Amino acid sequence: MTARNLKYDGSFDGFLSAVFYVFEQRLNQVSIQKASVVQNGLFAEVEVVVTEDVKANRVWKGLTSRLSAKGSFQLYHAFLSEQKGVENELLSFIRHAFTVSINADKDYGHPSVLKMAQLAKKVGREKHRMEAFVRFRLTNDGVYFASIAPDFNVLPLILKHFKRRYADQKWVIYDIKRNYGLFYDLNSVALMTMEFPKNFDGTKTESHFFAEQELEFQTLWQDYFKSTTIESRKNMRLHIKHVPKRYWKYLSEKQPF
Amino acid sequence: MSFQRTQEKLKILADAAKYDVSCSSSGSKRNNNSKGLGDASGMGICHSYTEDGRCVSLLKILLTNYCIFDCAYCVTRKSNDVQRAAFKVEEVVDLTINFYRRNYIEGLFLSSGIFKSADYTMERLVAVAKKLRLEQNFNGYIHLKSIPGASDELMKEAGLYADRLSVNIEIPTEAGLKKLAPDKKREDFIKPMLTVKNEIIQYQSEKKLLKSSPKFAPAGQSTQMIIGASGENDFQIMQTSNHFYKTYNLKRVYYSGYVPISYDERLPQIGSAVPMLRENRLYQTDWLMRFYGFDVSEILNASHQQLDLDIDPKLGWALRNLHEFPVDVNTADKRMLARIPGLGMKSVYKILNARRFRRLNWEHLKKIGLALNRAQYFLICDSHQFERRDLSSEKIKGLILQNSTSKYTTTLSNQLTLFN
Repeated sequence: MTARNLKYDGSFDGFLSAVFYVFEQRLNQVSIQKASVVQNGLFAEVEVVVTEDVKANRVWKGLTSRLSAKGSFQLYHAFLSEQKGVENELLSFIRHAFTVSINADKDYGHPSVLKMAQLAKKVGREKHRMEAFVRFRLTNDGVYFASIAPDFNVLPLILKHFKRRYADQKWVIYDIKRNYGLFYDLNSVALMTMEFPKNFDGTKTESHFFAEQELEFQTLWQDYFKSTTIESRKNMRLHIKHVPKRYWKYLSEKQPF
Repeated sequence: MSFQRTQEKLKILADAAKYDVSCSSSGSKRNNNSKGLGDASGMGICHSYTEDGRCVSLLKILLTNYCIFDCAYCVTRKSNDVQRAAFKVEEVVDLTINFYRRNYIEGLFLSSGIFKSADYTMERLVAVAKKLRLEQNFNGYIHLKSIPGASDELMKEAGLYADRLSVNIEIPTEAGLKKLAPDKKREDFIKPMLTVKNEIIQYQSEKKLLKSSPKFAPAGQSTQMIIGASGENDFQIMQTSNHFYKTYNLKRVYYSGYVPISYDERLPQIGSAVPMLRENRLYQTDWLMRFYGFDVSEILNASHQQLDLDIDPKLGWALRNLHEFPVDVNTADKRMLARIPGLGMKSVYKILNARRFRRLNWEHLKKIGLALNRAQYFLICDSHQFERRDLSSEKIKGLILQNSTSKYTTTLSNQLTLFN
């Protein structure tokens, strides 16, 4: 039997449709890949899987009945890691889940379960970081704008948090890396993409985009950040462990004025 | 608000508040139901970390650093020559709201030097919280200090707007307090704490009958002790801590290594090291008490009054109680699993779940993430390989220290040479 490469559109439903196909065709040697990053194996056949909600929902229903609530949640988290080969890791987890009758996600002695849980943990950590590290800046149009570049695709996961918290202000959180964002208009949150002016720098607070008092509050925040440090306990290693350098460019307290 | 004035005040009053270590913003259940600003229903969030590695979760400031007291350990004591400033109520409200809207903070931590009288000060703290809640429809987290000596009425009002209230007892023993803060009395700290405790109990029982009854300090109370300023040993400190947890239902006791700030000869001098490692060991003990099912007397007692600095308190306990080991991870109960050195509660739950599916061996345990360097001497699993030698406590300790590097190595060697 030859190995098969399945291409899907990159969405979670697309992935689940591919899983459906694997089970339907009883494929053993198979690799699921995003259409955008597909690498053809030398002797593998490539097939395109069409995303079908009905099939995706059937797989998801089957999974949720076999996994704990937390387990299905973890599976989705792990998928959003977008790491290379994650689809195949998750496929082997799903295969295991369908052989164990209940709560397969608790079987930490099984390599695919542990791998899935660890990936989910990484994504969960990034989600939590983004809830912490988003820094809104007030624009001239009265919208609070934040740009981020998270390691994983966590925008879908942080939506609820920000909607609940900032119910009375308009805001945008924009993922510069994946070029899409969330926009809240005081009623609901919508996905959006933006075209930035050519020389727009996401880390700078330029006066023709941002409100007058914006820089004042950033200055106050920076001052606060400085005066709350206890010099005799300074520990930069610990500081960087908590606030890794790759996040600094979007943190107001780390901006040079 | 004038930017320059605010900037100046913020620098002074944030600087003075930084010795309060409490930063938690979790444990409240304040939902944003009214389309207002903020939500304090989820877990706490550390929005940033200072360069000394501590969490920045709340805007932590003093309302003023004018103070009528002269406590030796305190940087805002009356006799200290520092710049003084005071915020207006509106200024604090404005700063909090604007910081919160930018997602800098989870809420406000408001403390104050005591000016005029306890009630006069407490009244102003309450006014800030009230304004935030009622005028700004703010649902973020508010932590207020209970001012020692404040009246019951004010404490009752404070609890209606704040998520957490705290009084710092600062010095673990009464004798120490007498020495360093002669014009303060233990009772003054205790009284507001007791009022708040009773109110919390009452509101909670009302809540059971009537769901719409208001919240009262939903994130409970906490306190703080300074470590290494007044010569107490770890046994005394943890006994005090345990007493406060039990008697006043505290959510947290914080331990704050004394940062030398004066040339007062009753205190460690400026330039002496902050006892950070000791602080860490005390927190570990605190965690063992609250989450690992240990009684404080198992870790510290009359015959063992000081925590080891070179090993963690759980390992210390295990080495003194070798007769309880080895533990079989495939059959032991949760209580005993939690007592194995090198296992955290996360690993304990993973083991409890995983062993329903198969018997676990070393490979599994390693992948789950146990610190086997410590754990291996204290457990057996599904394997023929286990520690067969009849090792003494001393020997095990030596082996463990030999195979590990501590981030405190430099601190340790310094402290050891000091004792020699």
